[in-house]
Amino acid sequence: MVEETLKLAYGESSEFIKDKRIAAVQSLSGTGACRLFANFQKRFRPDSQIYIPVPTWANHHNIWRDAQVPQKTYHYYHPESRGLDFAALMDDIKNAPNGSFFLFHACAHNPTGVDPSEEHWRRISHQFKVKGHFAFFDMAYQGFASGDPERDAKSIRIFLEDGHHIGIAQSYAKNMGLYGQRVGCLSVLCEDEKQAVAAKSQLQQLARPMYSNPPVHGALIVSVILADPDLKKLWLEEVKVMADRIIGMRAALQENLEKLGSPLSWEHITKQIGMFCYSGMTPEQVDHLTSEFHIYMTRNGRISMAGVTTGNVGYLANAIHEVTKSS
Amino acid sequence: MLVNELSVDKEYLPITGMAEFNKLSAKLVFGPESPAIKESRVTTVQCLSGTGSLRIGADFLGKHYHQHTVYLSQPTYGNHPNFFSAAGFALKTYRYYDAKTCGLDFQGLLDDLGSATTGAIVLLQASGHNPTGVDPTSQQWEQIRQLMRLKRLLPFFDCAYQGLVSGSPNADVEPVRMFVSDGGECLVAQSYSKTMGLYAERIGALHIVCKKAEVARCVESQLRLVIRPMYSSPPIHGASIVTTILRDRDMYNEWIIELKAMCDRIARVRQQLFDALHVRGTPGNWSHITRQVGMYTFSGLNEEQVAFMTKEYHIYMSSDGRINMAGLGSKTVPYLADAMHAAVTRTF
Repeated sequence: MVEETLKLAYGESSEFIKDKRIAAVQSLSGTGACRLFANFQKRFRPDSQIYIPVPTWANHHNIWRDAQVPQKTYHYYHPESRGLDFAALMDDIKNAPNGSFFLFHACAHNPTGVDPSEEHWRRISHQFKVKGHFAFFDMAYQGFASGDPERDAKSIRIFLEDGHHIGIAQSYAKNMGLYGQRVGCLSVLCEDEKQAVAAKSQLQQLARPMYSNPPVHGALIVSVILADPDLKKLWLEEVKVMADRIIGMRAALQENLEKLGSPLSWEHITKQIGMFCYSGMTPEQVDHLTSEFHIYMTRNGRISMAGVTTGNVGYLANAIHEVTKSS
Repeated sequence: MLVNELSVDKEYLPITGMAEFNKLSAKLVFGPESPAIKESRVTTVQCLSGTGSLRIGADFLGKHYHQHTVYLSQPTYGNHPNFFSAAGFALKTYRYYDAKTCGLDFQGLLDDLGSATTGAIVLLQASGHNPTGVDPTSQQWEQIRQLMRLKRLLPFFDCAYQGLVSGSPNADVEPVRMFVSDGGECLVAQSYSKTMGLYAERIGALHIVCKKAEVARCVESQLRLVIRPMYSSPPIHGASIVTTILRDRDMYNEWIIELKAMCDRIARVRQQLFDALHVRGTPGNWSHITRQVGMYTFSGLNEEQVAFMTKEYHIYMSSDGRINMAGLGSKTVPYLADAMHAAVTRTF
């Protein structure tokens, strides 16, 4: 399962896989991969910190905190444009001490849905070379964001092309719907095969007093699917269907809001990508949506687009319009 | 069965795991009539087998317990120290195995626990001690309980072999139930790896028995905070299997019968090995082979003898002389006996 999983992230014919330069272990989904890496970072770079984007998935903070790695934040979301605060992000990268560790969302940023463009990623990667920083990618939505796994892994591929030794947390929770099985993979690209063997043994040493070995069932499901060309093809088609559906719902929601004559701009709905949309609504507006319209979302205004359907998008647009039209 | 049950989805389990699994697991360990369960004083969280339960328990205690010393038996399962050192505990040992008798150093145990730091945590194994196969008797357990309660030592039970040791699931957790009966606190790490052969599914549970129901509620909320940054929620499949078996009377009974069959098989093989050594006139007292219980025999063979057996006979066991009896069959007993005989009689 691990080798097939690495192909998804690093590329089907990745030289790094051929050269056995990747230390990789099955992990307890994305969370487990992040935690294993955080513990690895603590053990081997005890003086390091982790730079985490603002905002991020809340559990990222908990993971590195419990691994006792001090954390700092870097600018990411730009509320005014509901997009990326690229200038501030680059400043933070430049101002961080050389050799700092950064956490990136490879695609479909959670919770904002705001991803750097390809050009942005190239510039980030270049600056990372200048500063000698280490990039750790949390990739929970490969395939689910654009519908094309290769495209969704672009950020990672750019860093690999530029010669960085990166770390990656991969999850099958969403893109294979295997949430409860807890199946994922942690990988770290190393200098050479020898280092990869050593690093892998250390990762296993960290996993042993956590859970010894990972659960088999989800991993078997993944193995069977990815090893069979027909099943793999079917899976890729299905992931695209789901990604396209969400992209369609984004368009529908924006269109509905515009048709209702909303005074606000809702372009960000279709600009953002992945499962989540950072709507820009305030906590009070969100509470209003819940109490009056029975619509549930997190109070930071994050909408799970996966929950939006052709059956409810009209109702949702109407409700959002009602609570925001006077703002 | 599970595959065809279309109503089951692949959603995340709650952080604390499958509710029905947790309830059934608690009943299995503590007994369905346990006052602790009836009084809602038991917090149960599904964990990744015994390992995961021990780690979550250790991390929880590391954050919230007032004492940061843990006592481990000498010897103990190789991974035990790792859970507690990962959580920042000072590790101490209590005497356990007596190499002269291949049995329990009970006086040494009492002395060491008696002089332990008040309030410290003591890691105990409910039955089928790994690696020695030496368990205290009921009377000895009662003395241990009294001493520990006097010194306010916190019991943390590793319960990996319930049912596999005597064939009776109830008998194999008697020590745990003794401690629970006195109304005091304890922790139990429960594993289904061996008892249900679910090794690779990583299914088990951590139970924390509290003095009051409101404490149990608080404990649960704090356990979530330990679990979430480690792996968010536990894997569903093993829990589904265990729940399906435990909630169905016929399957449960079938499982009990199978447990007894495996337990009896190991007892037979122990006897066969003892007899085979006797027939060969192998020097030494080998009665511990049948006295010890559970999956392991602490043979008494030393490192050189073990290495010899590996090199010359391709027999593999850990260098402390621990034999995994589950790996021995009637057909292979004679070969093992030959090897042991050669190892013991050979001059090095």
